[in-house]
Amino acid sequence: MTIPAVELRNVTRTLTDELIPVTLVKDIDCTIKKGEFAAITGPSGSGKSSLIYLIGLLDVPTKGQVFIDGIDITSATKEERERIRLEKIGFVFQFHFLLMEFSAIDNVMLPMRKLGKLSAKGMKERAQMLLGNFGLEDAFWKKPNQLSGGERQRVAIARAMANDPLIILADEPTGNLDTKNSDIVFNMFEELVKQQNKTIITITHEPYLAKRANRQINIVDGRIEK
Amino acid sequence: MQLTLSIALEYTRNRKRQALLSVLGVMLGVAFFIAIAGMMRGMHEYFIEKLIDVVPHVKIMDEYRHPLPQPIYETYPDTLIDLRGIKPKEELRGIRGANKIISKLNERDDIRMSPVLQGQVFLRYGGKDIASSLIGIDPKMERRTSNLERDITQGSLDRLLTNSNGIILGERLAKKLSIRLGAKLSVISPAGIIRKMKVVGLFNSGVPEVDSSTSYAMLKKVQILQKKEDVINQMNIRMDNIDNAPQLAKNLEQQYLYRTESWQESFANLFEIFMMENMIMYSTVGAILLVAGFGIFNIISTTVNEKKHDIAILKSIGFSERDISHIFLYQGIIVGIMGTLLGWILGAILVELLAMLDFSFEGDVQAPVEFNEGFPMYRSIWLYVGGGIMAIFSSSISAYLPARKAAALYPVDIIRGAS
Repeated sequence: MTIPAVELRNVTRTLTDELIPVTLVKDIDCTIKKGEFAAITGPSGSGKSSLIYLIGLLDVPTKGQVFIDGIDITSATKEERERIRLEKIGFVFQFHFLLMEFSAIDNVMLPMRKLGKLSAKGMKERAQMLLGNFGLEDAFWKKPNQLSGGERQRVAIARAMANDPLIILADEPTGNLDTKNSDIVFNMFEELVKQQNKTIITITHEPYLAKRANRQINIVDGRIEK
Repeated sequence: MQLTLSIALEYTRNRKRQALLSVLGVMLGVAFFIAIAGMMRGMHEYFIEKLIDVVPHVKIMDEYRHPLPQPIYETYPDTLIDLRGIKPKEELRGIRGANKIISKLNERDDIRMSPVLQGQVFLRYGGKDIASSLIGIDPKMERRTSNLERDITQGSLDRLLTNSNGIILGERLAKKLSIRLGAKLSVISPAGIIRKMKVVGLFNSGVPEVDSSTSYAMLKKVQILQKKEDVINQMNIRMDNIDNAPQLAKNLEQQYLYRTESWQESFANLFEIFMMENMIMYSTVGAILLVAGFGIFNIISTTVNEKKHDIAILKSIGFSERDISHIFLYQGIIVGIMGTLLGWILGAILVELLAMLDFSFEGDVQAPVEFNEGFPMYRSIWLYVGGGIMAIFSSSISAYLPARKAAALYPVDIIRGAS
């Protein structure tokens, strides 16, 4: 049996520092295999984003365990979590969150430079390759404010791919895009799953996009709806 | 280049105008420090150098630091004694056993000494009576322990030897008396003796107070005038290493009991003034750097607020809190370093401009004629190093506070806030 990409065991996240404790997600048990393309759906405020932050190690569960590639990250140190984030996880947000001062290539190179495994030349070649795969040959040296919304989001996905991560987590990546660009993004996801066996977990509001994933997880009131 | 540093550079480049203002603040702080400290230090050193030039490094005087105890207290140490009606002795003052001390001191190679008898006299010339401190000297010894010979502008020290009735006057004193070289004046001592003496020399020491009140004559002559045969009341010592003066003074006082003063002790109040001046200067410069620090704090706080999304994305990529705080700390350090470099240049220019100022004032020290080339500036690499360290330190501190805040930002909060 292969190790699953993500395994959640009885995960609960409660915000205790509020006046009234708010439970974001409750008793989540879920396994996502490598090479799976999962879409998380559900109404606003149901806990979709909270779940994805927990998987992406940006947040820590109040109760339960989260395993990434078989590693229990709930007991990992801060440094270990940073390392896992850097090597195994790529994030895409609703807003592109590109660094405005840097060109598309430099933005894509950021995670590689942080990881520091490739040579400067290797990083540049890989960044060009990634951007090229996403049809951004003309955008290499453009700053984010010279790119369209769809192009920015593609650069952001290229950046998420920079360190060849095991999992790509996307928090409503198409939330700000028109249908044409949304289709492009989901085409890219499908290709990544098919050709590179990536695991993709994406939140989406659009039922027609969710259907394109090979698994749908519906969250209601912080729980997975069976 | 380090990744965090390159991000910091980009951020700074993107806020050129604000960064420039902070850089200018730091620059002024550093430049003023170099210039003002250079000026103060230069003046202090010039003062000290001048004063050390004129005064003995150590002097033994014919008095005691503490009055000697009455013999009865020593005879009955544990008894309660009430002494009344004590009167001072009408004795001839002076250093007792002076010859012994002189020959002992002359055995040492590292010091040169000269015995003098100093006393107040009136100089009378052309109907003017002017008080003067007349110092009886042995020219052969005096020329080794003071700069009198160098300071003589008219006549010479050796004329004292050839003319036992010779007297050397400070230039300002001569001016007050309206007397010229070669003229004769009357010297009246407190002992009631009047002698005609001939002016054989004039001197200018650079210290107006000395020049307007001091006169020199042969030791033997002064002893007769003051009715103090074979008495000396002060020994002036000069030494090669002036920093050892306090130690020597202490040793000599322990040995001979007479009050012995080093030049450091004589000028203690002057050093206090210097220290106060230094404190004022450092607080002024500190205030400038503090204001510059506020500027840096402001620019980096603004950047942190503006770059919250960047912080979130960098953290989600796997940047640590340290990396994040480094980005903003580096921004402050970049501003500090640029300000320091510019401050060095401006400081060097200011120093040279100040050095060109005409330097002349009345007071404790008067600039000699040959000192017309400008203000005595202190130039040292250490002022630059010190200014740089202070500037970079203050900019790092100013940057550290917002940088720490940036590092503590919780990415989830930022991302939630954005969507």
